[in-house]
Amino acid sequence: MIGGGQLANEATQASTFTRRAMLLSGLQIGVGALLAGRMTWLAVAENERYALLSESNRVNLTLSPPRRGWIVDRYGTPIANNRTDFRVDIIPSRLADPDQVIANLARLLPLGEEEVTRIRTDLKSAAGFQPVKVAENLSWEQFAAVSVRLPELPGVAPTRGFSRNYPQGAAVAHLTGYVGSASAEQYQETKDPLLVTPGFKIGKDGLEKKLEPLLRGKPGAKRVEVTARGRLVRELATRADTPGRTVRLTIDAGLQEFAARRLGPESGSVIVFDTLTGDILAMVSMPAYDPNGFSDGISRLEWKMLSEDDHLPLTNKSLQGLYPPGSTFKPATALAALGAGVDPTRFVYCNGGYQLGNRRFGCLGRHGPMNMHTAIARSCNTYFYTVGRQVGIDAIAAAARKLGFGAEYDLPLPSQRYGTVPDTAWKQRRYNQEWTQADTLNAAIGQGYVLVSPFQLALSAARIASGRALTPRLLATARQPIPLLDVAPEHLAIVRGGMDEVVNGAGTAVASKLPLPGIRMGGKTGTAQVRRIVDRLRGQGGDWKYRDHGLFICFAPVDQPRYAASVVIEHGLGGARAAAPVAKDVLTYLFDKPKAMESLSRFETQWGGDIPTRMAVKARAFAATQPGTPEAAAAAAAQAEAARAAAEAANATVANGSAPGETR
Amino acid sequence: MKAPVSGFVPAPLAQLPWRILLLVILIGGFGLVVLFSAAGGSIKPWALSQAVRFGAFLGLAVGLSRVSTATYARAAFPTYGVLLVLLVLVELLGAVRGGSQRWLDLGFIRLQPSELMKPAIVLTLARFYAILPPAETRRLPSLIPAGVLVGLPFVLVMTQPDLGTGLMIAFGGVTVMFLAGVPLRLFVGGAALMAVAVPLAFNFVLHDYQRHRILIFLDPDSDPLGTGYHISQSKIAIGSGGLGGKGFLNGSQSHLDYLPEGHTDFAFATMAEEWGLIGGFFIIGAYMLLIRWGVMVGVNASGRFERLAAAGLATTIFFYVAINLMMVMGLAPVVGIPLPLVSFGGSALMTVMICLGLLMAIDRQNRRAPGGW
Repeated sequence: MIGGGQLANEATQASTFTRRAMLLSGLQIGVGALLAGRMTWLAVAENERYALLSESNRVNLTLSPPRRGWIVDRYGTPIANNRTDFRVDIIPSRLADPDQVIANLARLLPLGEEEVTRIRTDLKSAAGFQPVKVAENLSWEQFAAVSVRLPELPGVAPTRGFSRNYPQGAAVAHLTGYVGSASAEQYQETKDPLLVTPGFKIGKDGLEKKLEPLLRGKPGAKRVEVTARGRLVRELATRADTPGRTVRLTIDAGLQEFAARRLGPESGSVIVFDTLTGDILAMVSMPAYDPNGFSDGISRLEWKMLSEDDHLPLTNKSLQGLYPPGSTFKPATALAALGAGVDPTRFVYCNGGYQLGNRRFGCLGRHGPMNMHTAIARSCNTYFYTVGRQVGIDAIAAAARKLGFGAEYDLPLPSQRYGTVPDTAWKQRRYNQEWTQADTLNAAIGQGYVLVSPFQLALSAARIASGRALTPRLLATARQPIPLLDVAPEHLAIVRGGMDEVVNGAGTAVASKLPLPGIRMGGKTGTAQVRRIVDRLRGQGGDWKYRDHGLFICFAPVDQPRYAASVVIEHGLGGARAAAPVAKDVLTYLFDKPKAMESLSRFETQWGGDIPTRMAVKARAFAATQPGTPEAAAAAAAQAEAARAAAEAANATVANGSAPGETR
Repeated sequence: MKAPVSGFVPAPLAQLPWRILLLVILIGGFGLVVLFSAAGGSIKPWALSQAVRFGAFLGLAVGLSRVSTATYARAAFPTYGVLLVLLVLVELLGAVRGGSQRWLDLGFIRLQPSELMKPAIVLTLARFYAILPPAETRRLPSLIPAGVLVGLPFVLVMTQPDLGTGLMIAFGGVTVMFLAGVPLRLFVGGAALMAVAVPLAFNFVLHDYQRHRILIFLDPDSDPLGTGYHISQSKIAIGSGGLGGKGFLNGSQSHLDYLPEGHTDFAFATMAEEWGLIGGFFIIGAYMLLIRWGVMVGVNASGRFERLAAAGLATTIFFYVAINLMMVMGLAPVVGIPLPLVSFGGSALMTVMICLGLLMAIDRQNRRAPGGW
């Protein structure tokens, strides 16, 4: 032991050290306890949350699109079904060398310049597991070529899927609509991962859109274990998809296709009703697009061609086209007159027109004495001016509404138009003007303010034919009892008698008698003025777009009506000339298919083939007019020559007194 | 006093502190098991080479324990000087080659002077306070050389830049100063100064990536796929392990690569996922025993150098463990400090084995002296 202050100091120092060392040790143990506590918190209190996070790291859920439900016709013939589709996608997170893989794929498939650019753009905006489409609708050979080279193509995923198929193509386009990939907005709305699953398509228009909930089905799912870099370790569980439901329509696919083909190059529509049930047997609007092509997305060129076409292939004219019904409205006027007590046997003398004050309303002929029967048959305007003015517009409007005009129907299709059934209150509301006698005269012959859709025209024919307040049916669901029409049966019989005379007696459509023994068709022609200017041509010539529309309503057989139809041919000059022959063939098809097909094949030879053939020719011709396409380059020289020739020809036709620019 | 000699065990072996060696081997062995699992159930590429290294460095530690503490006391200053020169060399090499450099390639080994500085700074300050007259300890002028001794390597390492190692060197030095008896008010004052200096340092001294890491640490979810990803995934691994873990070789976070650095800095998370809270408590408990033993070696030592050195070295090991565990559990920013004896890698293993070797040397000295442990 060493003594002195030094000792005391050293002893103090030693005890200071011991105190502080113990304090330090205590602090260290405290930190140890804190760490143990923190770990307990993480592993026990928050275990559930972290276990879930770990699980969602480990397991990746991939959806497989459900097979879409079929759309079939009344006999079970598919109108929309699915065909096996081989496709190739890229999983971005598994892609090691994008440039090399894309170059390989471009060589194997092969892909065009435009496609490669699209894939690169998609890859840039895509992240992680969300596959990017490389190509769809591949042939088995292309699919196999990629599949066998998979080891050299990391990140490429070939899959077998289904794509939508419409066997009747353009003939059903306006009915079925089409399917396509969901838009970004639709995904933002629901955040449903199915919407961004490659190969999944939703209904974009028509029945496909409206029946989406029925047709969609439930997606299959595959749970896989993946690494952080997206490498698949193993499959955990797979759930098969639940296909969408099959929807049966009242449509007769054969009739639908026939009617579409029979319309030929015209712009028009055909609607056929079953008068016993209200079933819609056909609803055609032509020209149309090919819905098969639409489901993969169409090129800008195709879109340009469709949207610039003055025959409006993108519009469903049967529901959305509105036309002045012209003389096809006369049955409504006749029923209004009968309802108001006009004697159908009373004669009205037609001297070629009707004088209202100092205005003369013209008739197409000098028919002489006319009763209701002959007035319908010969489509005498003077008679209907007279009785129409007698009963007044409100009675006419009421009769028209009973026949189904001016209303919308419960159809699983996206849009319909009411049209206009004008009356005094309507004009007051719409134009804040008094209804005039002149308005009544115009309305009585289906001109003026009256606007109807081809669908409503067909329905009016079906109601006249059946005497029942038929409700249009497009889905083959349970039938409802159909109430009688609030019109006296004998009045309907008079109108039907007149319509029989139109086709089978001394009427306007005698050229369109059914070529079938014992089956007569009743009908009514109509010609709708496109512009009011009554020039020298009276809408019977000149520019296509200024020509009159041709309309026709009909039913058959006359004595026991079974079918009713309307045909509208845009700018077809007249109902008897353009529409009635189509109606004749369509109704013939219902009774005698071979005979109808024979007639059709004659026409199609004239027109240059069936619908797909003509559409392809048209697409090539259009492409040739567009700068920057190969077709255009090829056609460039010939075009200059053709233009010069066309100019000469145009001069010649002007000299002959008819208008230039007639293309059809 | 001599250790009792048994007839079967040779004296030098019997004299080894077997309890401590056993503890170290337990921790290291468990670490090898974790590395085996981290490699997907394979001794390659990590477990085998780490086992070799572990054996070698354990041998080094036992070797170091045979050297007398007086030798260490004498060697403290020269070692410090050599390491300081090497740190400057590293700095110059980094400046020449561009970019940061932390090691010197000596051909057979990549020497990381900053790593060796961790025990060296403790020995140096212990030596400094051992020769400082006791009365001087509490006086302010004596702080200046001590501050310079800590400050020089700290600044050199921070400029490498290596935030974690720099902080550990500073902590080690400050710990020895605290143990030596520097007045408490200075530590309180120092803490206050830190409170002012940290925000300044944050804005003007730290590199962008370091600043980013700290910001992310404060809010890991703000950048779940960037730097915060490490912390988030580590917490998921630990939290999903639960009480008993997912089972050996069944950790999905580590095996499916969601946990980054699962064999190095985040080895504890790899372990916790498969062994759960029980495994975690084992590691934490084992380390606490080891560190507590080290501090007690100091308390029981008779010389001033030995006392300060032992407690300081034990605290160096503590800083390794504490900083690493706080980091993997989301209590500290990601600073790149591995878990010694468990994480794959040689540097930290070597440093900790040197610390242990020195501690065993001091312990051996204590047992010879009267009143030993």
